[in-house]
Amino acid sequence: MHFFSDLWSHEFMRRALAGGALIGFTNGFLGTFIILRRMSLMADALSHSMLPGLAIGLVLFGLSPGGLFLGGIIAAFLVAIGAMLLARASRLKEDASLAILYTVAFSVGVVLLQYLPTSVDLKHYLFGNILGLGDADLWIAYGVALVVVPGLLLLIRPLMLTLFDPTVARSQGVKVNALHLVLIVASVLTMISSAQAVGVILMLGLLVTPAATLYMLTDDFGKMLWGGAALGSVGSVAGLVISYRFDRVPSGAAIVLVLGAVFLLAWIFGPRYGLVGQYRKRRHFHEESLSRWEHGEEHKH
Amino acid sequence: MKHNHSLKIADLTVSYQRIPALHHIGFDVHCGQCVGLLGPNGAGKTTLLKTLAGLIGRETGTIHFHGREVRGATPDIAYLPQRGQIDWDFPTTVRGLVEMGRYLRLGWWRKYGAADASAVDSAIAAMSLEPLQDRQINALSGGQQQRAFIARALAQEAHVLLLDEPFTGLDKPNQDTLRATFRSLREKGKLLLVSHHDLASVPAIFDQVVLLNGELISAGPTAKAFTEENIQRAYSTRVFAGVDHGHAI
Repeated sequence: MHFFSDLWSHEFMRRALAGGALIGFTNGFLGTFIILRRMSLMADALSHSMLPGLAIGLVLFGLSPGGLFLGGIIAAFLVAIGAMLLARASRLKEDASLAILYTVAFSVGVVLLQYLPTSVDLKHYLFGNILGLGDADLWIAYGVALVVVPGLLLLIRPLMLTLFDPTVARSQGVKVNALHLVLIVASVLTMISSAQAVGVILMLGLLVTPAATLYMLTDDFGKMLWGGAALGSVGSVAGLVISYRFDRVPSGAAIVLVLGAVFLLAWIFGPRYGLVGQYRKRRHFHEESLSRWEHGEEHKH
Repeated sequence: MKHNHSLKIADLTVSYQRIPALHHIGFDVHCGQCVGLLGPNGAGKTTLLKTLAGLIGRETGTIHFHGREVRGATPDIAYLPQRGQIDWDFPTTVRGLVEMGRYLRLGWWRKYGAADASAVDSAIAAMSLEPLQDRQINALSGGQQQRAFIARALAQEAHVLLLDEPFTGLDKPNQDTLRATFRSLREKGKLLLVSHHDLASVPAIFDQVVLLNGELISAGPTAKAFTEENIQRAYSTRVFAGVDHGHAI
């Protein structure tokens, strides 16, 4: 118990725990949409595109979170829109266009950060440092959560129709392209709030893994949505505690490792879609068909 | 029971990049009919269904349902997708799928209430899916999946159902069930427009046919329109699709 009271006694740790819980929640919630709309790679590209924006924000505004926030958003949007235009104006498809633009943007960011006047550690932005979360970072996390979660909830019906089948949704009058854009905006906002905490390389793990874990366990959209949010939140807090206990483990990596471990358990032991469940089901069918065979009721096909 | 609601299509031309896939098509069909859309590959069957669903813009022509011009999407018309385009691993049950049909009547925010629940109940009952309603949609047979989507259209209170090759990939017993389902929908006063390629089964399934090959070959009661001569004309002449630039239609 001494460990936890010690943990709670530090102001920076309390801030990190609150921030981690909130950021994990928003990421886990959004993850359901990203997985079902198959946007994981798009989200990965966007997360990497933020780096040059963060670097330029650093040059222009110093270490103020507001400047970084703005820089990251603008860079990610430029890449997203650029990829869309490139895909339309050439025979390249959107995935290849994104791949080109985001790696170029990321490289620009890496170079820029080397030439910065202030001595900023590159690792800080690549892997995050949630223990250095300031008040302004917390406010950004609150703001993002307050925009993204209620915003997506307001659009939950058309979003569900779109996730399920974009073609039919369009025939039902749903503005599928506009909703796609909404999801991109929500992703960029959410990832900006996790840049400080888990870094641009690992933020995709926090976004996708919690909802993916629930996807292994449930057939209910609502459970996947809220369960993913809860798991993202709890996993982030657990990762932080581990990172505090073992001070050589960086917080971002600890969070993603915790979430990865829970996913692994769900994948192996999931009653219906896990490996064990699948194996049991196959055996069940095998035995059933054997017994039918023995009773001479083999299905005629 | 007389059904006066009609779907009137007049002078309909639909093009892909200026190449017409449907050329000045016009016909009338009524609620309570089961209409087979027939024609060779590339005849424009899917194009016609997608145009009626509001997925493709038209170049000329009008579509009227029950006296009102149809522009864009309307909950009166339900498009049922081909099975291949669905993500069957989507986290939803049969009941969840049918509930999605209510969203169009409810709009994006109005509360899902008791009336909606009972509409969903009766749609599920009409398709005899009660015992399966809590199953994930991938844990159904092909015929049951087909019926689940029809149930969604019923919950949506659609009058016109557009189905793209629903018999494809179904085994014989499931085909028979689907045929019986179509009959019961007709008796309920629904209008079914169904693209279909197996000519031998046409008279057993459809009371009306529309024969296409880019142009309208014939439309009307199966006994009158589905004649040897019309079939010859639809299937042996070159499909009218303008100049062939190698585009799929």
